[in-house]
Amino acid sequence: MLKILVVCGNGLGSSFLMEMNINKVLKEIGAKVDVDHCDLTSAKGYKANIIVGTKDITSQLVGYAEVLVELNNILDIADMKNKVIEALAKFE
Amino acid sequence: MSVLKFLMNDVLSQPAVLIGVFALIGLLAQKKAITEIITGSLKATIGFLILGAGAGTLVGALNHFSVIFTEAFHITGVIPNNEAIVSIAQEVIGTETALIMVFGMLVNILLARLTPFKYIFLTGHHTMFMAAMLSAILVGAGFSGAPLVIIGSVVLGCVMVLFPAMAQPFMKQITGTDDVALGHFGTTGYVAAALVGKAIGNKEKSTEDMNFPKGLMFLRDTTIATGVTMLILFLISVLFAGPAFVEDQVSGGQNFIMFAIMQSLTFSAGVYVVLAGVRMIISEIVPAFKGFADRIVPDAKPALDCPVVFPFAPVAVIVGFISSFAAGIVGMFVLSAIGVTVIIPGVIPHFFTGAAAGVFGNATGGRRGATVGAFVNGLMITFLPVLLLPVLGALGYANTTFGDADFGIIGIIFGYILKLFM
Repeated sequence: MLKILVVCGNGLGSSFLMEMNINKVLKEIGAKVDVDHCDLTSAKGYKANIIVGTKDITSQLVGYAEVLVELNNILDIADMKNKVIEALAKFE
Repeated sequence: MSVLKFLMNDVLSQPAVLIGVFALIGLLAQKKAITEIITGSLKATIGFLILGAGAGTLVGALNHFSVIFTEAFHITGVIPNNEAIVSIAQEVIGTETALIMVFGMLVNILLARLTPFKYIFLTGHHTMFMAAMLSAILVGAGFSGAPLVIIGSVVLGCVMVLFPAMAQPFMKQITGTDDVALGHFGTTGYVAAALVGKAIGNKEKSTEDMNFPKGLMFLRDTTIATGVTMLILFLISVLFAGPAFVEDQVSGGQNFIMFAIMQSLTFSAGVYVVLAGVRMIISEIVPAFKGFADRIVPDAKPALDCPVVFPFAPVAVIVGFISSFAAGIVGMFVLSAIGVTVIIPGVIPHFFTGAAAGVFGNATGGRRGATVGAFVNGLMITFLPVLLLPVLGALGYANTTFGDADFGIIGIIFGYILKLFM
């Protein structure tokens, strides 16, 4: 199964929120994908197909996943949905 | 009767098991699959045990630091770090914390349903930290059993809606919508920053038009930021204390520079472990909380962790951090001149709360608002912990304490009110 990893500085608040929103989107589109969240340090040792995070986070994770999804605003669910669908399409 | 007694005295008095039971109830209520229910409950329990393991790792380093710092500067130094203080607290008041956390969430849902404060506080780790602080204060004031849990939960539930409500007028200005609230116990610092910005700044001159190096973004990495700061603090302390003292009395003969390096990185390792434990606990508890809240208060606003405002003003994030940290250093020298306990500025509280204060100050007062507002936040999180320490009971002697402004404000008000009555 594909794995999405959501990352933020502490791996507690923001990434967890994004994970809940991503799960909602995945349910909507009927995709079965494993989603998890963690902090920046742990992300580098984690095997994920897609990493999601804000720009300041993803810029430090280049090369650690096949696809990086860069969000400008973690509250913008519509934007996140488009970007996640686009990222998933690369694995079809 | 003996079964009930066994449950009460041996099972539920184990905070790790208690957390597992709460996770179990939450997962059942969400009608999860059976495997998810089992793994989720176990994860929450194991998360709590990880928390204790992390405490064991970081406390040693913290105590060594304290001894060396005192020898070097002849003054007591305390490093505020929420994860460290909460992990230490769990060893003695874990059950109280777990109960206040869960019942406080229920009070939050009730208040959101019944009052105009329609906020659901989703920053689970801050809920847990606040529950730990309230437990410490109540135990310190002589409370126990049901009164402790009831008072703690009501206070926790109230602050979970009051702080988001305080921040909301400014959140509207920052995010441009009224749908999202701020759920972070650094709010008084951010509101102070916004008010200062309003009074002295000009919001037309935004920080976002400035050219500013973004190289400090590595500080988003908590483990690295903690390790680097502790290393600097440890090195300065061992140099002032001298190799003779360190090697004879503290390190057991290990070279003093190597000792400083290993201990500071060990502290950071401990914080990493604690964070992993906290993450496992809140991942199982918060979705249930959110699920209940969505059903009972459909029009509620989610109150979220402070980094939600960072993308709205990324330059203010850096300006705010630097300004807040500068205030922490100024405050440290002021405290040592007065001769009271010195609060050593920690990068993590200054980064997260200073950054958010910068964003708030920028929204109302532009560059000047961000700089001066975050400076005020930095002074608050330096001076408030000094007044907080005496009301924390036994936890006031832990060499570390709670970092963010609201812990100070609520702890001091609540602690001294209890002292008046007891």
